Amino acid sequence: MNQATDHSHIPDWGVDLDPARRPAVPMERTPPRLEGLHWDRPAQQPHTVEVLHSIERPGITPVFGTSVPPSGLSGWIRRRAFRRSESDLRHWMLLLLADRVNVAEGLVEDVQRSPRARAAAFGVAGAALAVWMLRRRRRA
Amino acid sequence: MLATTYRRPYRVRAAHVPEPAIEHPDDAIVRVTRACICGSDLHLYHGLVPDTRVGSIFGHEFTGVVEEVGPNVRNLKVGDHVLVPFNVFCGTCASCSHELYGNCENVNPEATAIGGAYGYSHSAGGYNGGQAEYVRVPFADIGPTVIPPDIHVEDAVLLTDVVPTGYQAAEMGDIHEDDTVVVFGAGPIGLMAARCAWLMGAGRVIVVDQVDYRLDFARRFAQAETVDFREVEDMALHIKKMTDWQGADVCIDAVGCEADGNFMQTLTGVKLKLQAGAATALHWAINSVRRGGSVSIVGVYGPTFNAVPIGSAMNKGLTLRMNQASVKRHLPHLIEHIRAGRLKPRELITHRVPLEEVDEAYHRFSAKQDGCIKTVLIPPRAGRIDTPTPVARPASSNLH
Repeated sequence: MNQATDHSHIPDWGVDLDPARRPAVPMERTPPRLEGLHWDRPAQQPHTVEVLHSIERPGITPVFGTSVPPSGLSGWIRRRAFRRSESDLRHWMLLLLADRVNVAEGLVEDVQRSPRARAAAFGVAGAALAVWMLRRRRRA
Repeated sequence: MLATTYRRPYRVRAAHVPEPAIEHPDDAIVRVTRACICGSDLHLYHGLVPDTRVGSIFGHEFTGVVEEVGPNVRNLKVGDHVLVPFNVFCGTCASCSHELYGNCENVNPEATAIGGAYGYSHSAGGYNGGQAEYVRVPFADIGPTVIPPDIHVEDAVLLTDVVPTGYQAAEMGDIHEDDTVVVFGAGPIGLMAARCAWLMGAGRVIVVDQVDYRLDFARRFAQAETVDFREVEDMALHIKKMTDWQGADVCIDAVGCEADGNFMQTLTGVKLKLQAGAATALHWAINSVRRGGSVSIVGVYGPTFNAVPIGSAMNKGLTLRMNQASVKRHLPHLIEHIRAGRLKPRELITHRVPLEEVDEAYHRFSAKQDGCIKTVLIPPRAGRIDTPTPVARPASSNLH
């Protein structure tokens, strides 16, 4: 701790100096000061899409996000990742691998959906084919 | 609807996607009025967070108008303008019953180590985020807070993460009168933590970063001393010299896994992914704090492991405290601070851009271009928002 200094140039210095004014002191406070709660246990959200869950818990949680269910090769890798616990490094490394595979799947999806991307892909493929054929003819 | 969708590392896209629906009787659908890009969104943007799926909608800082409520919702009504804490939480589990809303056990099936958060990968529950025109909000009766009429929407959107996280960062440092507080990182969270350190009675506040405009901002916004780590050969030694060889009383890591400043940490943590990000700031924090001091961590790291000097932390008798902010428990106090003019969060906002330009906005924030500190996205259907009537600021409650 340093010697007391002049803080008059700091607006509102020390208004929360008393720890009792700090809302997260103590760190754990019970019962919680939470208004509006009217359930003892959350109702279960209907299970409409595939949701992977950590094997460190017994099943899915009462509420969950439903964005982008696992699919394709990346989904296959993710399902394998979730066979391992969170404390197993391979769980996370497989998920990172799945993310990279998913990026490639996303690029293919872009090509399929966008006429401009499809034209560009065909252009690149055509150019590559032309270069390959030209080289073959030169060798011959 | 229009939404910020992830495509690949360093690439997001404003794309048209289906609108969200009520999926649980306690849900609400909110039409987003303002959304922010957070520094931790950059970890997603850079492809560092495991289980970030292509097509996911980003965004965990947002305000919006309630458009639809589920059959069990009693306290919110259609038309309410709300701020939505970034934590998804149930209110009843063991963690929530101790006000640890960032550690809820009932909202994230994918990971037990992580709570639920909007738009932050499937590792945080797989919820779509608020950088969109509409978003699904679970547990609508306890999560969202109706924005008080005298609170500006731009202050409200920063109350969803930046202000509570910055405040909690300082709070976890257990600051005593006249303590020396070093904040690593001059992003929005670090700047807010530095400002809040003064409110808790710090004697000196020192902010460390390498970006000139951010250090300048720290001097103006937080009245902090600054250190440019590019000009310092050894950070711990430098802080010791600044503190009469004692070290700081409190060090706050407001950087997380993409820290610059140490080649080996960057190589192994960011480039090669051999550890869960570069723990440079945490390394500096542990080595710069005094014996018996406190280190507070709000910077985000990955779920695997990091090379940090835990032996020094033990031998120095440090207190290490860390968590995701429990936003809801801080809100009444922080709203009071904003009303009184003690905190002025919207001064952090440097860019206000349409949602359609989100790709460029992410790039600008990631590359630290154009003086970017905080970007607010405005969706096309945000609608007009009335500016609140300013309230007279009460006499200063400076206790000194």
